[in-house]
Amino acid sequence: MSNSKDIKIVDAPPGVEGSGFFATKLDTVVGMARANSLWPLPFATSCCGIEFMATMASHYDVARFGSERMSFSPRQADMLLVMGTIAKKMAPILRQVYEQMAEPRWVIAVGACASSGGIFDTYSVLQGIDKVIPVDVYVPGCPPRPEQILDGIMTLQDLVRNESVRRRSSPEYQELMASYNIT
Amino acid sequence: MALETSVIEDKLTDKFGDKVTGFVMMKDILSFEVDAAVANDVMRFLKEDALLRFNFLTDVCGIHYPDNDLERQFAVAYHMHNWYDNVRIRFKSFLSGETPEIDTVTNLFLSANWQERETYDFYGIIFKGHPQLKRILNMDEMVSFPMRKEFPLEDGGRTDKDDRFFGRKPDNVNNN
Repeated sequence: MSNSKDIKIVDAPPGVEGSGFFATKLDTVVGMARANSLWPLPFATSCCGIEFMATMASHYDVARFGSERMSFSPRQADMLLVMGTIAKKMAPILRQVYEQMAEPRWVIAVGACASSGGIFDTYSVLQGIDKVIPVDVYVPGCPPRPEQILDGIMTLQDLVRNESVRRRSSPEYQELMASYNIT
Repeated sequence: MALETSVIEDKLTDKFGDKVTGFVMMKDILSFEVDAAVANDVMRFLKEDALLRFNFLTDVCGIHYPDNDLERQFAVAYHMHNWYDNVRIRFKSFLSGETPEIDTVTNLFLSANWQERETYDFYGIIFKGHPQLKRILNMDEMVSFPMRKEFPLEDGGRTDKDDRFFGRKPDNVNNN
């Protein structure tokens, strides 16, 4: 039987507390909510995907970080995890998946192949997914162990927690998207 | 009763004369060269002759010999298998380096469709009469034929193969 005392709840953000009210910044509340409910979209093409299966399963249990629900539809996903070699023929499909995700959206490149092409320095393989879509977190390894994938997700959680709610409409962000020709 | 290689050689020579040459046993498989103009006829004969009965097309693939004479720079290699006598056979047709063209064998074996498309994709060899000769494995935008020796294997867009990171340059800071 589970003990309700064992259940951990995210700490409240810094703010002003009194009887019957709690005041804090909208940014921190939104960031906290987003960071603890990142719905992953696994885009697994090779061995890193196998490691991610271990990460999803009970032993490593990515659900502990609020990523319980794998979303196999890009429309309902926040976090695109690209795991494995992306052939150039696959690149437009990956890009389309990214474009179909709703803002705010984040991308983790898991493993050497997704990050840089890895050992596949060849005409048929995309030399890193950042050639076609912007990437937030790179997880090194060939393949990375589940601990490393979890570390990448936790790093992304930090990014999400501290992201301004206005970031997605900032000129810098528009410029980044324009550099990838994504509108 | 096994099908002897001498029987195969004699039957082919009787039928096609000097269009089939260079019979040699290579790795226990009878191998020879066929004039590209009659490759389709030779394959039909090998398949339909009552004695030869090579009923299975194992493989079709291309080869590039950039150092050969212009008329022999490309080759298409066919592997066939006789399931009744368990005999394999292999033959090559050499093609011109400028216009590598050969008749399709999809009229004899439907399985050649995929293999000829792949050969076209990687070597740019045109199979005349193929029902849908377009790229199959590589991306459609690709303009090169990557298995030809003049095309580099490595991707030019690679950014992390910086010699500084591999100790091949003396100065790691100023990139000299």
